[in-house]
Amino acid sequence: MPARPKKSRARTHAPVRKPAPVSRSQGRKVYMVTGGVTKFAKAHPSMDFRLMVKRAYDYALKGIPNLTADRIDGTRISYFSDHFTRQLKAASMVQDYLGMNPKGSIRLEWGGATGGECFQAAYEAVASGRMDVCLGAGFETMSRVATWKGNEFIALASDTNFDFPLGGFYTGYYALMVIRHIYEYLRLGRFANVKDEREAQRLAIAEGSRIMSLVSVKNHLNALHNPYAQYPKRLTVDDVLNSEMISYPLTREQICTMSDGAATVVLCTEERAKEFTDRPIRVIGVGTGTDTMRLADRPFGKVPLMPHERPRDYADLRYPGVHSFRAGRAAGIEAYRMAGITNPNSQLDFIELHDAYASSEIQTYEDLGLCKYGEGYSFVERGDPFLKDIDYGFPVPRAGAIPVNPSGGLIACGHPVGATGLMQAVFAFWQLQGTVAKHFGDPALQLDHPKRGAIHSHAGTGSAVTVSILERGFR
Amino acid sequence: MTARPAVFSKFRDAQAELERSGAVLFRDADGVESLIIRFPYAINYIHSYAEDSPFFLGLAEGRLRGSKCRKPKCGFVYATPRSHCMVCGAPTEWIDLPPKGRLHSWTTCHFGSEAFLKETPYNLGMVEFDGVGSLLLVRLKDAVESDLYVGMPVEARFDPNPKYSITDVWFVPSR
Ligand SMILES: [Zn+2]
Repeated sequence: MPARPKKSRARTHAPVRKPAPVSRSQGRKVYMVTGGVTKFAKAHPSMDFRLMVKRAYDYALKGIPNLTADRIDGTRISYFSDHFTRQLKAASMVQDYLGMNPKGSIRLEWGGATGGECFQAAYEAVASGRMDVCLGAGFETMSRVATWKGNEFIALASDTNFDFPLGGFYTGYYALMVIRHIYEYLRLGRFANVKDEREAQRLAIAEGSRIMSLVSVKNHLNALHNPYAQYPKRLTVDDVLNSEMISYPLTREQICTMSDGAATVVLCTEERAKEFTDRPIRVIGVGTGTDTMRLADRPFGKVPLMPHERPRDYADLRYPGVHSFRAGRAAGIEAYRMAGITNPNSQLDFIELHDAYASSEIQTYEDLGLCKYGEGYSFVERGDPFLKDIDYGFPVPRAGAIPVNPSGGLIACGHPVGATGLMQAVFAFWQLQGTVAKHFGDPALQLDHPKRGAIHSHAGTGSAVTVSILERGFR
Repeated sequence: MTARPAVFSKFRDAQAELERSGAVLFRDADGVESLIIRFPYAINYIHSYAEDSPFFLGLAEGRLRGSKCRKPKCGFVYATPRSHCMVCGAPTEWIDLPPKGRLHSWTTCHFGSEAFLKETPYNLGMVEFDGVGSLLLVRLKDAVESDLYVGMPVEARFDPNPKYSITDVWFVPSR
C-alpha cells in the first residue's frame, strides 16, 4: 500500500488535544429576534458596504415597532478583508452610518468564518451580561477587484512564506484536500479491490467527482426558491462535471463565487426577546475550533469522538491529515455539548454549513458527525441531506433525513465573506420561526416545524470553524 | 476625462471601460447611476523571512531543510520547518530532509490567482518523507495531470538561479 509512511523512530503522531471543556456557567440565555440579508450579487456597484449593511439592518428592524436603534446596546461588526474594502476601519464607518456612536463595538475578522465569529461575539456580549441587545452586522464587497485578483487576496490568507508563492489559490488547496479524502475513503473503500493503483485512484476520483456533483445540483436547485441567492439554477450532474476544470478535480460549478452582500442579526436577553417577538429563537450552543494555518502541518493522530461514536470506528484512521477538518470537529463537539446534543442526526432538523466547495460540504458532514468519517459519499448517495419535496433529477431515497443547506448554501447563494456566517444565521432563524415563505415569497424551502438547526462557518483550509445551534423558543 | 463618463448597465462592460478610460458610470436595474473610478493599488512589501530564513538560504545552496524538536522526549520532525515545536514548545534544530519522498496529495491548477495565472496549468503536491511527521507543499514539474497519483515517488530539484522563494525548490517524479 503506498502513501502510508513507514514506521520510524522519529515521532510522527502529534497528539490531538481534547477540546476545552465547556464552562459550567454559560451565562444568560440568548435569543435571536430578527435578521436581515441583502441579495448576494456578483457586484452591487450602487451600494457601498455602509449602504448594504444599512439595508440589511433596516430589513431586520422592519416590522418590530419597539425594536428601535436606541434599544440596541452596541454592535459586533465583521468583514474579512481590508484588501477588498481598500478602506481600513470600515467597521467604524458602518457603526456611524447606522447612527450607533458612541455605543460599544468590536470588529471581527476570522477568514471565511468571520460571519460565524461575529454571530458568536454578539452571543457572548449578551450571555456575559455586557449587553441586553446586540446587533451583529457583516459585509464584504468583493467586486471591487477582478475575480483573479480577488483570488489572490483570498490566497494571502495562506502562509506567505511557504504556501502563497507556490501559486496561492484556495481552490488548489481544497483540491489537494479532496484528492486525499477520495484516496482515504473511496480508493481504500469501495475501490479497495482494484489491483492497479493508478487505475484505482482514477476510478475513485471519478466516483468522488460524480458524488460531489450531486451536492452541487442540490444546492443550486434549492436556491431556485431563495430570492437572496446569487446563482440559483437547475443543473444536471453532467453540467457540473463538464463545467470548466478549475483545480483538478474541482470544477467551476462545485465552487462558490465571490459576492457583494451584507447580513445582520439582533441577539438579546430572554426578557427583551419577549418584547420584540412572539417567535424568538434561542441560541443553545456555540463552539469554535482551530487548526494549523498550513495544511502541511496538520497532525496524523486520533479522531476526537462524538458521543455517538466509538474508538473502534476509527482504529486505522490517521486524523485529520489533510482530508478532514479537525477545527470543524472541535467546534461541533463544543457546540453539541453545550446544547445537549448527543446525536446530531436525531436532534438537529437541518444544517446550514459552509460549502465553499462541494468537497468541503461532504467533508463537513463527517466532521459534524452526521455520518461517520468515510461515509460522506454514501450519505449523499442515500439522499439524507436533500430536501423531500424538490425534484433533483435523480433518486434521493432518504431525502429530508437531515436537510443540509436548504437555502442553497455558499455554492448557490454566494460568499461575501464577512456576511456569510450571518446569512446562515438569518436563514436558519427564518426556518425555525416558520417564516421562510414570508421572507422568500416562496414556501418551497420551509421545513415542517423544525425545532433545532445548526449553522457552521469555516475559515482558511480549515484553520478556524464556528458552529452555533439555534432552537425554536416558542410553541 | 470628459465631464460625464460613458454609461454602462452591464458590470462586465463597465469594468472593460474602466480599464480603458479610468472612469465609468454604472446604471443598475433600478436606474441608479454610480460613478466608478480606477484606483491603482500597488506596494512593494518588505517581507522578512525572519526565523524561517535558513530554509530559504538553504534552497539557494540546493539543500532542503526541515526542523527537528530539540527536546529528546519529543523529537518531532517537521518537513515544513518551524523554529519552535508545535507539540511541546521547545526550540527546534535544522535538519536535512531526505532527498526523496512520496506524494501525499496533488492537484493541477488550471486557473490561479492573478499573480500565477500566466503559469497555469501548474501542479501542486504535498510531499511526505520517511521519518518525518509533517508534509511539505511544493510545485510538481515534469509531470502532467494524468501522470500524478497518491504515493508517487518524487524527488527535489533546485533552481540554479535562486529567487529566495519556496519556488526555488520543486519536485519531479523519481526515476
Ligand atoms: Zn517538541
